[in-house]
Amino acid sequence: MNIHEYQAKDILRKYGVVVLNGKVATTADEAEAAANALGGGLCVVKAQIHAGGRGKAGGVKLAKTPQEAKQHAAAILGKKLVTHQTGPEGKEVLKVFVEQGCDIAKEYYLGMVIDRATSRVTVMASSEGGVEIEEVAERAPEKILRSTIDPAIGFNDFQGRKLAFGLGLPKDSINKAVGFMRALYRAFMDSDASMVEINPLVLTKSGDLVALDAKMGFDDNALFRHADLREMRDVTEENPKEVEASKFDLSYIALDGNIGCMVNGAGLAMATMDIIKFYGAEPANFLDVGGGATTEKVTEAFKIILSDKNVKGVLVNIFGGIMRCDVVATGVVEAAKQVKLSVPLVVRLEGTNVEQGKKILAESGLDITPANDLADAAKKIVTAVKGR
Amino acid sequence: MSILVNKNTKVVTQGITGATGQLHTRACREYGTQMVAGVTPGRGGTDFEGIPIFDTVEQSMKATGANASVIYVPPPFAADAIMESVDAGVPLVICITEGIPVLDMVRVKRYMQGKSSRLIGPNCPGVITPGECKIGIMPGYIHKPGSIGVVSRSGTLTYEAVHQLTQLGIGQSSCVGIGGDPVNGTNFIDVLRMFQDDPQTEGIVMIGEIGGSAEEDAAAFIKANVTKPVAAFIGGQTAPKGKRMGHAGAIIAGGKGTAAEKIQALRDAGAHIIPSPAEMGATMAKALGKK
Repeated sequence: MNIHEYQAKDILRKYGVVVLNGKVATTADEAEAAANALGGGLCVVKAQIHAGGRGKAGGVKLAKTPQEAKQHAAAILGKKLVTHQTGPEGKEVLKVFVEQGCDIAKEYYLGMVIDRATSRVTVMASSEGGVEIEEVAERAPEKILRSTIDPAIGFNDFQGRKLAFGLGLPKDSINKAVGFMRALYRAFMDSDASMVEINPLVLTKSGDLVALDAKMGFDDNALFRHADLREMRDVTEENPKEVEASKFDLSYIALDGNIGCMVNGAGLAMATMDIIKFYGAEPANFLDVGGGATTEKVTEAFKIILSDKNVKGVLVNIFGGIMRCDVVATGVVEAAKQVKLSVPLVVRLEGTNVEQGKKILAESGLDITPANDLADAAKKIVTAVKGR
Repeated sequence: MSILVNKNTKVVTQGITGATGQLHTRACREYGTQMVAGVTPGRGGTDFEGIPIFDTVEQSMKATGANASVIYVPPPFAADAIMESVDAGVPLVICITEGIPVLDMVRVKRYMQGKSSRLIGPNCPGVITPGECKIGIMPGYIHKPGSIGVVSRSGTLTYEAVHQLTQLGIGQSSCVGIGGDPVNGTNFIDVLRMFQDDPQTEGIVMIGEIGGSAEEDAAAFIKANVTKPVAAFIGGQTAPKGKRMGHAGAIIAGGKGTAAEKIQALRDAGAHIIPSPAEMGATMAKALGKK
C-alpha cells in the first residue's frame, strides 16, 4: 500500500525525522490560507499523487507569496499530472501539500528497502540526490552506499557514521545524519514498511538535515496490524476494479488487452496471461480467484472482469486440487447466468471431479466452450475473440 | 532416493484443529504420509481422527518422534509457529501459510541462523515424494513416482507441470514448492543442489516467476554445478512493472526482476527454456532425450 507525501511526513514527524512544516489543501483558497499559516513567505505547492517525477511534470511549484500559492494550486488541482511514473494517462491531482521553503545547500538520497538477497533491511545513501536512484544505479553504481541492518540488533550508530562520512557530509552534520537514519529505521520497522525513500535528503545552509520529500510503501501482508495505516489508504489513487476485487478477496490487476482471465493460483494465472500472448492476443487482466471458488466469488470475479469494456472474451482456467471441478463448474454456470454473459467463454477444468465438472458445463444450456488443456484453451479463446 | 521427505518422514501438523489443518492432515494421511501428531495450544490431550494433539511442538516430538512439521497457522501467528518448531529442533519445517508479514520472515530467518532446521516456504504448497510422502496441499493423484525433480515458486502452476509430466509417462522424484514470498526459507539453489546430488533424479523442472533475483542466482549455480538437464519456465512475461501479481514476491521493482532477464540468465546457463506453460512436460521430455 502506498501513501501520499504529506501522510509519510506526518508519520516520520512522530519519529523525530526532520520534516518541514506544511498543510494539505484541496482548493486554491485553502492553499492560500495554508501559505499564510506558514508565515506568508516562500513556500512550495506540491501535487499529492502516488507517483514520483512530479517536479519535472510541473507538479511542484515555488510560491513567493500566498497569492502565488493560490495561483499554483488552481493550476494544479483538478488537472491530470503526467509523470514518467504515472503512465501516459496521468493521475488527477485532488490535493496539494503547501510546505514551507527551505534553503538547500546540497541534495542527497536516502532510502530503506527489504533486500531480497540478504533477507534484511538495507539502507541506501547517495550523494546524487534529487534524481532517480535507478538512473544512478545504472550510471554510477559506486555512488550508492549500502548498509545492511541485522534485525536482531537494529540500527547501529557506526553504520550511520559510515554512510554519513561516505557521503562527505560536513563533520558538524554527521551526528544529525546518524540520528535521522536511526529515526527513519524505527519508523520503517514500527510501520511494517516495504520501502522508505527520502529523495532529496537536504543539507541546509545551516547544516541541518531535512526530508524534502518522503515516500513510504507498506507491506500489504502486515496491514492487518496497522489500523492507522489502513485509514490512510487513498482509493482514488487505485484502479477502481482492483479496489472492488480486493473487497471480495480476489487478487486482480487490470491490463490492456481484450481477453479476460480467471484462474486459481497466482503462478498459473501469470502463466495463463503469458500463454494468451504466446498465441498472439493480449490479456485484459490478471485474476487469482484463490483456493475457495464459491459461486459468490466466481460471480464477483466475472462481474469485475466484464466491467472492463475492452473484454471481448473470457478464459477460465482452473486446476483443482482441493477445489473440486464440479463446484467450480456450478459456480461458473451460475455466474454466467447472473451477469447475462454475452461474450465467448472458454473453460478449461482439470483436477478433482473433472468429468462431473465438464458435464455440468455441457448441460448448462450456455454457450461455453470446453477446453482439454492449457494450449487448447488459449487457442480457442484467442480464435473466438479474433472473430469479433 | 528422492529429497527431503520419504516413507520414513513423521509429520506433526501445527494448526491441526483449524479447517485447513484438518482437511490436509486427512488428505496427507490418506496418501500414505505418516501423520503422527498435531499441535494446537490448549488442545493437548485430545485427538484428530486418532492423531494425538499436543500443546507444544516439543511435547509432540518427544511423544511421537516427529521429524517434520507442517504449518497451517494463520498469518498473524505463523512466524511464531515456525520459530517454535525451529526451537524444538524439527529438522524440516514446511510453512503453507500465505500472507505472513515480510518483516516477520526477516526476523524468522535471523532466528534460524545457527540452528539446524530447514524451512520450506512460507506461502508454498509443500513437498511431495510421489508414492511415499506428501506434506502439503497438492493433489496427490496427479503425481507419479519417477526421476524428475520439480522445484517451483508456484502452487497450481506446479500441478500443471506435474500433470503434463505424468501424462507423458514421466514420473517425479520429489516436487518442492519453495513458495511465492520474497523472503523464504529455501531457495532454488538449495533444491537444485539436492537434486544434483540425488541419484534418483535425472532431470529438473524449474518454475520461476517475476520478482527478485532467485532465478538469476540459480542460473549461475546451474552453470557451475548442475550437470543434469534443467527445463525452466518463468511466469509473468506479460506482467506490468510495479504491480504485485498475487504472490508477495512477484513484483518487478526498480526495473529489476523481469521475466526476460531471468530467461536470458537461465538460457546462458544452459537451461532448456520452456516457451509456453503448455509445454513444460514436453520440454523436459525433449531435454531428457537429448542426453
